[in-house]
Amino acid sequence: KEEKQRLRKEKKQQKKNKEKNDEKTSHEEQPAGSASQPPAQPSPKAVPVPASEAPAPADKPAKSKADLKAERRARQEAERASKGKKGDVGQPAPTGKLKAPPSELQPVVKRLPEHVQVDNPEVVKKLAKKLERQQIPLRSDYGYKVSLFSHLHQYSRKAPLTQQLGIPSTVIHPAIVRLGLQYSQGIVAGSNARSVALLHAFQQVIRDYTTPPNEELSRDLVNKLKPYISFLNQCRPLSASMGNAIKYIKKEISNIPSQCKEEEAKIKLLNCIERYINEKIVLAAKAIAKYSIEKISDGDVILFPPNCSFNVTISTSISSSLVNHILCEAFEKKRKFRVIVVDSRPRLEGREALRRLVQKGISCTYVLISAVSYILPEVSKVFLGAHALLANGYVMSRVGTSQIALVAKAFNVPVLVCCETYKFCERVQTDSFVSNELDDPDDLIVTRKGKTQLEHWQKVPSLGLLNLVYDVTPPDFVDLVITDLGMIPCTSVPVVLRVKNVDQ
Amino acid sequence: MELQAVLMAAGGGSRMPDLTYNTPKPMLPVGNKPLMWHPLNLLERVGFEEVIVITTKEVQKMMSTDPKMKDVKMKLDVVCIQEDGDMGTADALRHIQQKIKTDVLVVSCDLITDVALHEVVDLFRAHNATLAMLMSKAHDFTETVPGQKGKKKTGEQRDFVGVDQSGKRLLFMANEADLEDGLSIRKSIMRKHPRMHIKTGLVDAHLYCLKKAVVDFLADNKSISSIRGELLPYLVRKQFSKTTNCPKSKDDADDQTQKTADGSTNSTELLICSRDEPLLQLAQERSCWNDHRGDMSEAYHGGKLRCYVHIMDQGLCYRVNTLAAYIEANRLASKLLEEPAVHPSAVISERCQMGPDSIIGAQCQVADKTSIKRSTIGNSTTVKEKVKVTNSIIMHGVTIEEGCNIHGCVICSNAVIGRGADLKYCLVGNGQQIEAEAERTNEVIVGTDQLMEI
Repeated sequence: KEEKQRLRKEKKQQKKNKEKNDEKTSHEEQPAGSASQPPAQPSPKAVPVPASEAPAPADKPAKSKADLKAERRARQEAERASKGKKGDVGQPAPTGKLKAPPSELQPVVKRLPEHVQVDNPEVVKKLAKKLERQQIPLRSDYGYKVSLFSHLHQYSRKAPLTQQLGIPSTVIHPAIVRLGLQYSQGIVAGSNARSVALLHAFQQVIRDYTTPPNEELSRDLVNKLKPYISFLNQCRPLSASMGNAIKYIKKEISNIPSQCKEEEAKIKLLNCIERYINEKIVLAAKAIAKYSIEKISDGDVILFPPNCSFNVTISTSISSSLVNHILCEAFEKKRKFRVIVVDSRPRLEGREALRRLVQKGISCTYVLISAVSYILPEVSKVFLGAHALLANGYVMSRVGTSQIALVAKAFNVPVLVCCETYKFCERVQTDSFVSNELDDPDDLIVTRKGKTQLEHWQKVPSLGLLNLVYDVTPPDFVDLVITDLGMIPCTSVPVVLRVKNVDQ
Repeated sequence: MELQAVLMAAGGGSRMPDLTYNTPKPMLPVGNKPLMWHPLNLLERVGFEEVIVITTKEVQKMMSTDPKMKDVKMKLDVVCIQEDGDMGTADALRHIQQKIKTDVLVVSCDLITDVALHEVVDLFRAHNATLAMLMSKAHDFTETVPGQKGKKKTGEQRDFVGVDQSGKRLLFMANEADLEDGLSIRKSIMRKHPRMHIKTGLVDAHLYCLKKAVVDFLADNKSISSIRGELLPYLVRKQFSKTTNCPKSKDDADDQTQKTADGSTNSTELLICSRDEPLLQLAQERSCWNDHRGDMSEAYHGGKLRCYVHIMDQGLCYRVNTLAAYIEANRLASKLLEEPAVHPSAVISERCQMGPDSIIGAQCQVADKTSIKRSTIGNSTTVKEKVKVTNSIIMHGVTIEEGCNIHGCVICSNAVIGRGADLKYCLVGNGQQIEAEAERTNEVIVGTDQLMEI
């Protein structure tokens, strides 16, 4: 924060100095020659810049593109020259000196995303202004936030964002409004489902899109998508998989050549989206299932001994779509195993996972997470799904996952994480506090026998309800990560990311 | 575009003939604004910019001359239909099928409510529903209705509405008139929703969000003429019929053998199953959400046709189609309107006692020593001295001479009440004249042309 403030001050001073220099300098040669001047002058940085800028406003229309390019090149070279120079004399000295350190510090200072700075009023104000510009209503936080997590948003499900939108939504495409509602009400939950639904909505947006005159599809469509993404973010914070999908789409859109006709471009984009879903989600699931099925039989002592005919696996309820898929496939391949589903309040997503497994005919046991240490001695393998895999090998998943991994480690039970590669994310996190999601605290309120104990929790001043959604598991607790690229250890995640980036 | 609004303003007001024989129902004043202004105001406040209004030529003429209608900033696309033709609401929708390009929000002109419309529309959006409607708990009307002799009729046909445990999904809807010897519920419904709450004390607000596929379905099925009476029960029933639940491919050989009635169902379904379904299916498969629990089926039981209802328990919701409702609506109209109760152009003398709940229209003249409590007085009405008006509705252009005592009455436009008349719970028709010193209680005074010919 301090560095940011310092940078801001420097920029202000720079501007002041530039103005002063504008008055001082006489018209100099056009930038082509100024590249050689910086080393000679006592004020290397400040003067060439205002020099090129002083004549600039004067004869802007006369300038050609080549001149502007040359100017920019000269400016960059001047900056590079000033970086090496130290101890400048004269009035521009402070500018020069101050310029040197920030340019070294520039790569180090990173901007924090706004969704983890909710307790900083400036950031909140900036967000509000940005949303106002995009004509999206700001969703207000609800209830008392536990102090450790007061830097995160906390919304109430009873106050949907659509309350503040006009009913036939004109600013935001109806498919996106529907999607936002489904996110905030939890109808579409789980990172795979959210990504698929997001891409489906984008398909509809692209179908209904028409390029306005004098605009290029590649730039205008990306601008059109920005308010939609802000809206979805307000409804529910974006997941890592959604972020990657959005990056992919934006890249595809900007790569559309400008001479491409609108219809062709649209068809191309729709096909891209189909391909992405097919490759990264559907086929990846199949590949992961294939690898995991090997793992389910491997070390399967049970196949042979006559008395015990079951190999036991344990699965949790997070991101269960993939693990569900794997277990169903394994069952179809006639593997004999028994599943224990671990569930936790308040979401109780395990019930739906349980239903799907039982529907297939797999014999299951259902426990709550408080019984994990009791049931673990019976277990031979632990399968976990992941919401995202971070660049330092940590696994980000539903809250409770790291606990299960820890207990499994204590019992020496192997832990396998199944994750598609499109969920790999370049973020680095070592704890669950820095960046997380706070769900509606009212979900924790339960009514038993007609009595709701926590009904008036807001009135008790020292009581805060915390409904965390995610937590991170260190790589020491994870034995193997099964991805569509194969079975890799947790620490190979940055390698995969690097390879992916090179590909793109 | 997401939703198109359609206002049904061609109804005749058959349940209040005394009020509507001269003024068509959509133009009856409620709180000094025409009745149809209220739903239009609701739509405007929520953010609609265009409304298709289905009405008769007479109403259209009156609309163009009424100053209050000019307040409506939305674009009104007026479609006229024949008044005498037996056109039901569904027939009217079929009539404008060409104009309907997206999902439709149908509102009746006699709805006065302050509901948060996003609650209904959110149900429609979030669950990708075919129908979303609004209902409200019925309030008993407490005011005495003029001209009503004896106790209130309890023979009103009740509506039975069945909702699921969450109170949002509509499972069953039938009117008492259609049930001969009892309420029968299909086993398929009970299997899927073992807990159903059946309510009878609900008022249907006649506000429906319908998918475009339904309007196209109506175009093919000319036998359905009323939305409320026929289309809704049909849709609610079809949620659980076998054909909607079997997974279908687009060309099923079995379809050809079915009758045309069922064939139309298939066309609805085919229309509902849009080309985007595979991705939505995938998303739903991967999502760990289910709308019910306890049985083995997926979300929504795999049904593609879903009907939802939002039941208001607080707030105003009135359908002004009976005299009692009309009076009640007028009483509460002042709460809904944001304008000052007394119109600035009204001339009110200083020695007049006016209660806070009264509404005085434009260009009224109220003389001294009058007392006006809990009443609505229309435009250009003249009230002379020493008049006591309580609990009454006085429409436009009425002249009330001195010394009158008017209690609990409804006096229609252009009536003249003679001097010293004493009226209690009367309904004075349009243009009628009450002679001086008359004493009437609980009477309906209308012109002779309104009386039935034998």
